[in-house]
Amino acid sequence: MMDWLPLAMVLVSLVAGIAIFLLGEQRQLARTLLNLGAALVKLVLVAFLFMLIVVDRAPEFRLALLPGLDLVLRADALSLLFTTLSAVLWLITTVYAIAYLERDENRARFFGFFSICVASTMGIAMAGNLFTFFIFYELLTLATWPLVAHSGTRAAILGARTYLRYTLAGSAVFLVGLIWLYGLAGSRDFIAGGTLEAIGVDDYTELRIIFVFLVIGMGVKAALFPMHSWLPKAMVAPAPVSALLHAVAVVKAGAFGLVRLVEDVYGPELVADLGMGNLLAVAAAFTIIYGSVMALRQTDIKRRLAFSTVSQVSYIALGVAVGGMMATTGGMVHLVHQGLMKITLFFCAGIFATVLGVKHIGQLDGLGRRMPWTALSFTIAGLGMIGLPPMAGFVSKYYLGAGAIAVGAWWVIPVLIASTLLNAAYFLPLIKRMWMHAEPEQWPKPVTLSRLETGGLVVPAVITAMLSVLIGVFAAHPLSPLSWVMGIATEYFP
Amino acid sequence: MIAEALTGLVFIPLGVTLVVLLLPDRARGPLCLAAVLALPLCLLPLTEAVWTNGDITLVLAEFAPPLGIVWRLDGLALIMLWLTAIVAVPVSIHALTSFPPGQASGREFWPLWMMLLAGINALFLSADLFNLYVTLEMITLAGVAMIGIGGKALALKAAMRYLLLGLLASLLYLLAVGLIYGQTGALDIDLVGERLQPGRMAATALVLMTTGLLVKSAIFPMHVWLPAAHGNAPGPVSAILSGLVVKVSLYMLIRIWLWMAGDWELPAAATALGLLGAGAILYGSIAALIQPRLKMVIAYSTVAQLGYVMLLFPLASIEAYRAASYQLLAHGLAKAAMFLAAANILKSLGTDRLIALTDLDRKLPVDLFAFTLAAVSIMGLPPSGGFLAKWMLLEAAWRQEAWGWLVLVSVGSLLSAAYLFRVIALTCFHPGRRHASTRWQTPPRSATNAALILALLAIAAGFTSAPLLSLIDGSLPPGGIWP
Repeated sequence: MMDWLPLAMVLVSLVAGIAIFLLGEQRQLARTLLNLGAALVKLVLVAFLFMLIVVDRAPEFRLALLPGLDLVLRADALSLLFTTLSAVLWLITTVYAIAYLERDENRARFFGFFSICVASTMGIAMAGNLFTFFIFYELLTLATWPLVAHSGTRAAILGARTYLRYTLAGSAVFLVGLIWLYGLAGSRDFIAGGTLEAIGVDDYTELRIIFVFLVIGMGVKAALFPMHSWLPKAMVAPAPVSALLHAVAVVKAGAFGLVRLVEDVYGPELVADLGMGNLLAVAAAFTIIYGSVMALRQTDIKRRLAFSTVSQVSYIALGVAVGGMMATTGGMVHLVHQGLMKITLFFCAGIFATVLGVKHIGQLDGLGRRMPWTALSFTIAGLGMIGLPPMAGFVSKYYLGAGAIAVGAWWVIPVLIASTLLNAAYFLPLIKRMWMHAEPEQWPKPVTLSRLETGGLVVPAVITAMLSVLIGVFAAHPLSPLSWVMGIATEYFP
Repeated sequence: MIAEALTGLVFIPLGVTLVVLLLPDRARGPLCLAAVLALPLCLLPLTEAVWTNGDITLVLAEFAPPLGIVWRLDGLALIMLWLTAIVAVPVSIHALTSFPPGQASGREFWPLWMMLLAGINALFLSADLFNLYVTLEMITLAGVAMIGIGGKALALKAAMRYLLLGLLASLLYLLAVGLIYGQTGALDIDLVGERLQPGRMAATALVLMTTGLLVKSAIFPMHVWLPAAHGNAPGPVSAILSGLVVKVSLYMLIRIWLWMAGDWELPAAATALGLLGAGAILYGSIAALIQPRLKMVIAYSTVAQLGYVMLLFPLASIEAYRAASYQLLAHGLAKAAMFLAAANILKSLGTDRLIALTDLDRKLPVDLFAFTLAAVSIMGLPPSGGFLAKWMLLEAAWRQEAWGWLVLVSVGSLLSAAYLFRVIALTCFHPGRRHASTRWQTPPRSATNAALILALLAIAAGFTSAPLLSLIDGSLPPGGIWP
């Protein structure tokens, strides 16, 4: 009975998605109820899973697709971290999206794919082996493509096309690596510390090539340099999509895949032995700096945020690649921290754009007085990104830095410092403009919204901003993401 | 019981072909649908028998080979028969609405379709070369006539070309059968395999047969007749042709190469066949990418997808055999679904020019959904039958360290994603909506559901590999698969 739970997690959103398609465009109330209902059911399921995990019982659903090729959905500590993040943020984003798309067309299509997108994220989180991961990874590509193209403008279609080109090419490489790995080692479930050492391959070259193939497969979605170009182009998507894309769904799926690959497939020791840890760390470090520099050069708010994601998500890869208890903790916990902060930023950017038509940095002047709550949320999340203590971003960076020193990777420190300075350079001017500059006489495109709509937009942003502060301030609390991640990391580095 | 079921597979449609000619229009469709629904009922006891006891052999009219005719049913044939039966039901339901009684097209379609069905079933059961020839002729002639239904000029021209090339191919095949019979005095495939000595004569026969069958299966570069024929035929006919008819000659090719010539080692020839497959994959996909009409895209996609089956020959191994069989099945389901969905779209909008297909997600959501699901399988994205076929093919290539084929399969699936996503993108997210026609009529619900069911089955094939693979594994050629 319990073993159906992971499958149920996936099916809840999948069924909701299909039902939304079937409801059609007009039945708005039913759609809203279905959306919120499914999100709440999912939260309950997550809570249930938590209780199971705490008593050390990992439910597992298994189905053979081919002989020796199983579809495995399993709830372990790491998957629960990602599941919880997605389930919580899905609920919040759904509220935001309902308000955001109030006047839009094609809402049935939007929310249908939105739910399927969450279903695939759940599948990715729960995947018990690399093959299952791959299946949902592909499903995610399919489900997000219509979301990126949603508005149907020329830019949206081109952005969606670029997105498809990158992700499908990446998944072709992924598939080849996967076949190779399965041919070499057979089907292997994700097991803490990895199991590849056990196959006793003398010649490490093949394992290295496979690793590179798989990193390319994951790296496309994680926007690792030089596979990141689709991300800024995909910014044409509606704000809730960008928020979800950057915080939990696509980019995070890639980063989460990298974590799984390093920790549960190869195992940190083998990755270090192969010399692949350093390679991945250097790629991640370069992406961190590159993304920040590019972010600095953007004048469009959403594009700046997009490059900021390119940079920030690579912290996760950097952490697991550097290895060691502390750095791994820093990397993994950034999955949650970056998610909360970035979703806040995108929520706010979406509000700026829809309510006032503010899309460029120059138009932010005096926004703090016009919409204080939104501006405050943006400020909090921005400061968190920079890594100001006691915010969540600081916790991640602290663990990353301390962990790097612990394993003797001193070169990471300058990267972190440079990145922090760059972060400050591209976030502080925005914050300064919002609070210090005078309000303009005329906003670009002001729209009057009902109270309900305003609430639906602003409250989610405030909640996520608050959460991002709370998980930083109470990082030492036993229920905080940090404590949870440290529990996971001790499995890898006893 | 077994004998009755076997004969029923062939003689029910054959009998109905004759009966239906005497019936008035209105009764033709329902009677044929009833006949089609009887096919799965015949297959059930056969499946059980093959499952428990292995191959079934039936001597017709009590004349054993070499003189008489034998029907043989093994796992592979059974799967193909199931594919035929499963595709036939939705296609017939679709045809009830697309060839309504009272029109000339409806009068012609049903007898031809029954004749075709009888031919296909008989072919999958046949175990001797001449019988295969006769049934293949029956299929080709019925197929050609069906393309011409409705009398569109383009379709008639395509049918004519198909007929001429098909006849040429049949001649080549028949010539080879003559040569083989002259040397061995046998026609039964297994007997011929035992008696035929490799040599110049045998090689000539094999080349002639292969060429003939490649033309019939439209393998690059002998595909020239296919796109126009499949792209211009009436809706259900396209589904039948792409879903079933081209599979038939490929099936024969596999039988002849792995059963009759199973113990000859022909690596060079096998590589050549694989290269033709590679040509098909690349050429078909790129051609599909630039077609302006939906049905032509789907038709060229068939050219490309058949290429994957050809990789069985260079990769000769159990994995490749599984992959090829699975590909025949998955492609049959998905492609029939696609053509049925395209038929609904064409009929609803009056055109299938891609530029005019805007806003389909609002106009024909379910048809578009069926098309997309089928596309997932064709692209080989998980979870779907097409994905499992691709996975096994990649695995086969990996095991033999055949990196070239591995890259080819990957590139091929990327190309298929390119041409299919191009279509899907144009249907939902077209920037220039000015071409959109504002008038459309909703297709009959049964026609839409027919497409949807086939598409769902193509996806479901991604979860039902266990019984299928055990049937496939139970039907390996006697000499094994070289190398």
